[in-house]
Amino acid sequence: MIKRLLAGVLVAGLATAAHAGDVMKMAVTTSFHNSGLAEVLLPEIKADLDLEVQLLVVGTGQALKLGRAGDVDAILVHSKAAEEAFVAEGFGTHRREIMYNDFVFIGPKDDPADLGAATTASDALQKIAGAKAVFVSRGDDSGTHKKELSLWRAAGIAEDGFGDWYKSVGAGMGAALNTASGIHGYILSDRASWLNFGNKGDLALLFAGDPVLFNQYAYLPVNPEKHGHVKAGLAEKLEGWLVSDRAKALINGYMIDGETLFVFNAE
Amino acid sequence: MTELFPLKVRGAATARRGKMLVGPVDLDLCGQKACVVIGPNGSGKTSLLRLLHGAARLHRGTITWACPTDEARHHQSFVFQRPVMLRRSVLDNIAYPLLVHGVKKPAALDAARDWAGRVGLTEMLRRPATVLSGGEQQKLALARALVTRPKVLFLDEPCAALDGRAMREIEAILTDAKTAGTKLIMTTHDMGQARRLADEVVFLLGGLVHETGPATTFFDHPETPEARAFLNGDIVE
Amino acid sequence: MTDLWSGLAQAFWLVVTLDAELVEISARSLQVSLTALVIASLIAMPLAALLAVRRFRWRRGVIAILNALMGLPPVVVGLVVYVMLSRSGPLGVLGLLFTPAAMIIAQIIIVVPLIASIAHQSLRDLWQEYHDLLISMNVSQWQKMKTLLWDARRALLTASLAGFGRAIGEVGAIMIVGGNIDHATRVLTTAIALETGKGDFALALALGFVLIGLAIAVNLAIHWLSRTEREGRW
Repeated sequence: MIKRLLAGVLVAGLATAAHAGDVMKMAVTTSFHNSGLAEVLLPEIKADLDLEVQLLVVGTGQALKLGRAGDVDAILVHSKAAEEAFVAEGFGTHRREIMYNDFVFIGPKDDPADLGAATTASDALQKIAGAKAVFVSRGDDSGTHKKELSLWRAAGIAEDGFGDWYKSVGAGMGAALNTASGIHGYILSDRASWLNFGNKGDLALLFAGDPVLFNQYAYLPVNPEKHGHVKAGLAEKLEGWLVSDRAKALINGYMIDGETLFVFNAE
Repeated sequence: MTELFPLKVRGAATARRGKMLVGPVDLDLCGQKACVVIGPNGSGKTSLLRLLHGAARLHRGTITWACPTDEARHHQSFVFQRPVMLRRSVLDNIAYPLLVHGVKKPAALDAARDWAGRVGLTEMLRRPATVLSGGEQQKLALARALVTRPKVLFLDEPCAALDGRAMREIEAILTDAKTAGTKLIMTTHDMGQARRLADEVVFLLGGLVHETGPATTFFDHPETPEARAFLNGDIVE
Repeated sequence: MTDLWSGLAQAFWLVVTLDAELVEISARSLQVSLTALVIASLIAMPLAALLAVRRFRWRRGVIAILNALMGLPPVVVGLVVYVMLSRSGPLGVLGLLFTPAAMIIAQIIIVVPLIASIAHQSLRDLWQEYHDLLISMNVSQWQKMKTLLWDARRALLTASLAGFGRAIGEVGAIMIVGGNIDHATRVLTTAIALETGKGDFALALALGFVLIGLAIAVNLAIHWLSRTEREGRW
């Protein structure tokens, strides 16, 4: 009785479901996944190409690491300098820009640092630092985190100038937003994650629109010369689809609360 | 047929943490007779039994069976003062020694049922052994020891915690076993029981064999003053 | 507090409507954790029995290590398994990373010390009880282990259930080695982490309630199954 039960569990457990069609793995950033766009695109890809794209949702840093190790077939991230280094080191065949969205400053509705009156992103950060208002940083080496650090530099505020008001939480976008909501802090978020975020509480969008806040997503197939097992053919097929007019219509047409999130700009 | 006897013990001793528990002992035993080991507490009765059985380490001397020692072990059983009950049914307890020595299950269960009947446990075959009374547990331990038809049965004060009736029942089983050709080597504190069962007596004192001989001689005419005092119920050091 | 209530309500509706996605990830949770549990038990139980009956030089050391490993941080296990199974790691050729098999491996490593330690404690006590009898019966090492494992099966069931509890509620390791891929490696705990990240506390809580319910159901089912074949009251 017990033996048969155990054997049954073992067989059921070890039998991996047979997949019909092709399967590939792609590492994407949390912000992309949180936007909800993946849930629109993946079924269409499945229908058009009979290709199941399995998403690994991680930070940009980890996504690039997965690509370097050959554990995924392609990556879709948004950190231009790191992406170019990835290609230069030979881990990716090339970098293909697909679309962009933008970053926005989120903060408490009562806006103690007066971000509402900011003119540029640098101005906004200077106001936060000037008021020593609580600021939540992703602190996880993600694309968003890297963007945030470059914005601070551009605003002329060195990292060692951060005081107690600067909270580095080392978490994904959603978790960081949760933290900001909990401690009434300011935070830099991509627009999509913000709109999809369910626990807004006292938070509100306070500043957006500066062109430096644009966030370019690029697609990088992993180089089969480095890792012979990667599914380069499937990665190429997916790239073809991502830059097609079909993808363009889906991406440009994707809205949350009546707002467009992404702008397709593949060439 | 494997013959175990005569058993020759020469200068055998066992110690624990440097303290001599029993020995050096010289002893000659032959089969077909019940040998009862008596002596005051701490005189080394249990240690002697364990030593003969091979369950205690032989530190000095030799214990020589008529056949190789490993083979002799297969023809021995041991019943403890406090019976060890396997957490199984009465039937499975009795069948256990047969099963671990390769007897097929149906045959083992048949033999177990037979022995349960001989010790009067037929009514409780399916009961968990741990819920039996003290007397029932010791009868179960006896059946489990005898089911392999051993040539030697060691018993360490098998009736120490039992009432008179249970004791009589167990003595009856032992007498049957003796008649069937099993050599009994047992310890007891009960001189009445010793008189009833013993053919030969080993009187231990301070870890040494103080006196040994046929039961009738020993009980009626003990040679040493210590043995006489012990039989009178006096304190012997 | 409102999240808690709406989480409860949502959990209720997800369950009564047999939400397809919920059924899928719950089934995968069960599949991964039960498989890991069975394999881990097959490793841990004999190990525990061996430690109980066999006296060898490193025995105490092994027991101390097992006890210490009970508190093994899942994240560390996940990272180690990840590095081993990564395409650029020593076992990369197997291509197991980001599959349920990788999650099973990680969970096995996490629960083996737990099951072995708990099992060893009860087997050690039983061995003290049985020692003299089994020695006097000339029982082989292998049969001693078999006897202990069989006679202590109730206690061992408890050890296994403790292992199951740890496996099914584990998130750190399987998140890393499984990758939380939708329709491939997403299970209840990683889904909860995901929904929490999105700030959808109600859905996260709903999944949490389902997880708790599932754990209770499995415990009850196993107890019931083992009772149907009972012979005594041990």
